[in-house]
Amino acid sequence: MSTIINLPDQSTARIPKMNFLTKENGLLSWLLTGDHKRIATLYLISITFFFFIGGALAGLIRLELLTPQSDLMAADTYNKVFTMHGVIMVFFFLVPSVPATIGNFVIPLMVGARDLALPKVNLLSWYLYVIAGCMAIYTMAAGGVDTGWTFTTPLSTHYLNTHVISTGLAIFVAGFSSIFTGLNFIVTIHKMRAPGMTWFRLPLFVWSNYAASLLMVLGTPVLAITLVLIVLERTVGIGVFDPAKGGDPLLFQHLFWFYSHPAVYIMILPGMGVISEVISTFSRKRVFGYTAVAFSSVAIAVFAFFVWAHHMFIMGISNYSALVFSLLTMLVAVPSAIKIFNWTFTLYKGSVTFETPMLYAFGFMGLFTIGGMTGVFLGATGTDIHLTETYFIVAHFHFVMVGGMLMAFLSGIHFWWPKWTGRMYPEKISQLAALITFIGFNFTFFPQFILGTLGMPRRYAAYPPEFQSLNVFSSAGATILGVGYLLPILYLTWSLKYGEIAGENPWQATGLEWMTQSPPLTENFPEIPIMDHEAYDYEWLERQKQKEVASVG
Amino acid sequence: MDHISPVLWQFLVKWMTHFALFPPEASTIAPQSDALYFFMVLVSLVGLVIVVLLVVSFSILYSKERHPNAVQIEGSTVLEATWTIIPLGLFLIMFVWGALLYFRIYTPPANAMNIYVVGKQWMWKAEHPGGQHEINSLHVPTGQPIQLTIISQDVFHSFSIPAFRVKREAIPGRYSSVWFEATTPGTYHLFCTQYCGTNHSAMIGDVVVMAPDDFKKWLQGSTSGNSLAQDGERLFASLSCNACHNTRPDARGPSLANVYNSRLSLSSGQTVTADDAYLRDAILNPSQHTTQGYAPIMPTYQGQISEEGVISLVEYIKNLNSDYRVQQTLNTTDLLPESEGGKATPAAKAPAAQKGVNP
Repeated sequence: MSTIINLPDQSTARIPKMNFLTKENGLLSWLLTGDHKRIATLYLISITFFFFIGGALAGLIRLELLTPQSDLMAADTYNKVFTMHGVIMVFFFLVPSVPATIGNFVIPLMVGARDLALPKVNLLSWYLYVIAGCMAIYTMAAGGVDTGWTFTTPLSTHYLNTHVISTGLAIFVAGFSSIFTGLNFIVTIHKMRAPGMTWFRLPLFVWSNYAASLLMVLGTPVLAITLVLIVLERTVGIGVFDPAKGGDPLLFQHLFWFYSHPAVYIMILPGMGVISEVISTFSRKRVFGYTAVAFSSVAIAVFAFFVWAHHMFIMGISNYSALVFSLLTMLVAVPSAIKIFNWTFTLYKGSVTFETPMLYAFGFMGLFTIGGMTGVFLGATGTDIHLTETYFIVAHFHFVMVGGMLMAFLSGIHFWWPKWTGRMYPEKISQLAALITFIGFNFTFFPQFILGTLGMPRRYAAYPPEFQSLNVFSSAGATILGVGYLLPILYLTWSLKYGEIAGENPWQATGLEWMTQSPPLTENFPEIPIMDHEAYDYEWLERQKQKEVASVG
Repeated sequence: MDHISPVLWQFLVKWMTHFALFPPEASTIAPQSDALYFFMVLVSLVGLVIVVLLVVSFSILYSKERHPNAVQIEGSTVLEATWTIIPLGLFLIMFVWGALLYFRIYTPPANAMNIYVVGKQWMWKAEHPGGQHEINSLHVPTGQPIQLTIISQDVFHSFSIPAFRVKREAIPGRYSSVWFEATTPGTYHLFCTQYCGTNHSAMIGDVVVMAPDDFKKWLQGSTSGNSLAQDGERLFASLSCNACHNTRPDARGPSLANVYNSRLSLSSGQTVTADDAYLRDAILNPSQHTTQGYAPIMPTYQGQISEEGVISLVEYIKNLNSDYRVQQTLNTTDLLPESEGGKATPAAKAPAAQKGVNP
């Protein structure tokens, strides 16, 4: 099968002696760095650590659900396990996953800047993340928390004696890390673009991270104050959510979802950006309808703030407000549909190759289509009544978050790995891993749609016996999925030493990040590049290559 | 299959034959809900097939071997408009269809029989108007619209009957309601679907749907002796509500006869409809609900009556407009053993009954 990989002659090629990884040595040079690429690396290591904690907890959940009784763990333990799985995966993996790692690494390179606008704030954001992560681990070690990641009041404020406060504060701190990352991106994208880099020459990855950053900066403070209110309610009993004191328990859910629905788009938008880059590169074509894709990111970000109450259709909000929120939910589904079709038509008359990032991107498109469409089932008020709070909703958001976002994250990691480390990952085994992930994912989560339709409620440690077969399928799939996630860790680590030398631009991609050495210098570019072509201009790239050949020849 | 261990084989046979794929349709709304569900499944499948077909065929047609040089295309307004407008149209159809269904499920018909449901960690308590109490089960007849008035005594719960395709949150301190009409006799799952703490997954039960005759028999066999309204009447007396709400010309509280579903002018200037929720709030939080012309002297009963007690009182007040109820209440109060409840004294009971007679 043909490929676009274009590597330098391996017998003579060397990793550049001077690069961001080798510039300084020692632990302190990492812990006090202002370099966005080093901070991205720190983030990559930390979120991978949390991903595997969250993944282990997911494994425990699936193991418990093999049998209808709660036999592996007591119900209390199970509740703690799924709570910590949710908290860790959402706040310590999905939210920072693409923006804080890949975004942190490539956005300054893509816009042609030497670093993010506020390098120290960037480092502070990582420290906040680590502090928050330590608090989360402390919570687990001290006995855990069993509120569910949604912290529903009055359960979380009045009825549980677990570590709600330390978890709430952990997420509060993690929120600031996310606000700082978003803020940094917004400032950088506005102020630090290279000469000639107009808004409509920006890669779509930058657009989608920009949209996600807006959500982070505007939405996260609401979550922060909501968690503070929970803490105050527990410690001093201010009664904002307590009906006995004239408070309103539903108010909590309004506030919580006012952040947590946009948070879904904080998680998925950067992933969509990755997919745009990858699909374009491996079809050698400009993204079909660049402007539509760019604006659909912004449209999603704007609409995202006005759909939160679709999490509450059965909660006794007025029937008419349910109507409004349902309608707006339908509208937010449209930009996602636009993106899917635009990516599909990017392949049209392209010159398509199937390297690992592309395989993950294909996986993303299939799974995200299912995840998105099942979201419409839940956005329509009538069917939501039956399907909400069941495994249908669990399957839906795992299709979007794991099938969508995690696929995009892995796609992006493979895509920028050569830039990051200067070495290629092994192609064959990584293609296999992508395939295993896809199969394992469908085995794990597709049966959950059927379980949900049958009415199996989420967050059940024990369930009626007729649901067992589907749960066994799901648990079996989870083991396959587990293999799919372990493989990249192994071969990517292996490739750090043994991978082929990647050279400047192994994919023949057009982004500015590919116009500098791999791994890049600490200051990214020897001199600030001048952007004199449109984004995804593969013809310009061809002309450049010919020019080089001509001048060398 | 001699190469498979017999134990494993038995196990496989057993759970493959218990393989549920679709929930039973046991209410009038279920087929309507499923129609929309299958419409959405169809649209999703068509959408998915289109995307997959396009991706696969483009990948084959325009793979690098076959098509080494990409043709740069900027986009296409016509195509992009197509895949904006068609999904939008489909989503809007789903929105309207879904909304119609939603309003149907959450708007009980006027002739619905009301059953009260109280959720608490970790059980469901159902109270029939005739005074039948059930825990973690709900008996209903076929062919009769049933309205559930649901409330939680502690945290959020959610009352879900998958076979009926209905679900409603049990909210602490507020009534919510849902209705259904069962069609097929049988026993169906009842789940709490809102995570409510340690034993969330044990907060389950059975919904038993019976033919109307069987249901009548069940009602007769399960009565506790008092109807909810009778319980309410006793409470009304024992809490001395009738000291003020006594219909006398110099009464300090307004008459409660016919108050249910009437329009009330409050001293705050608001006009409200006295529905279940209003009656509940007026008992627990009276200072916010003073009727125009009366002094705000009623004490709060917050913390003094259980949710079940409030339900009984509400049921009593609701029925104060019906002659039939009044007579029945009169008759049974005379027959009841005095000791029941321990609080109601004959002296206190008499004026209450009298009040019922002279609304």
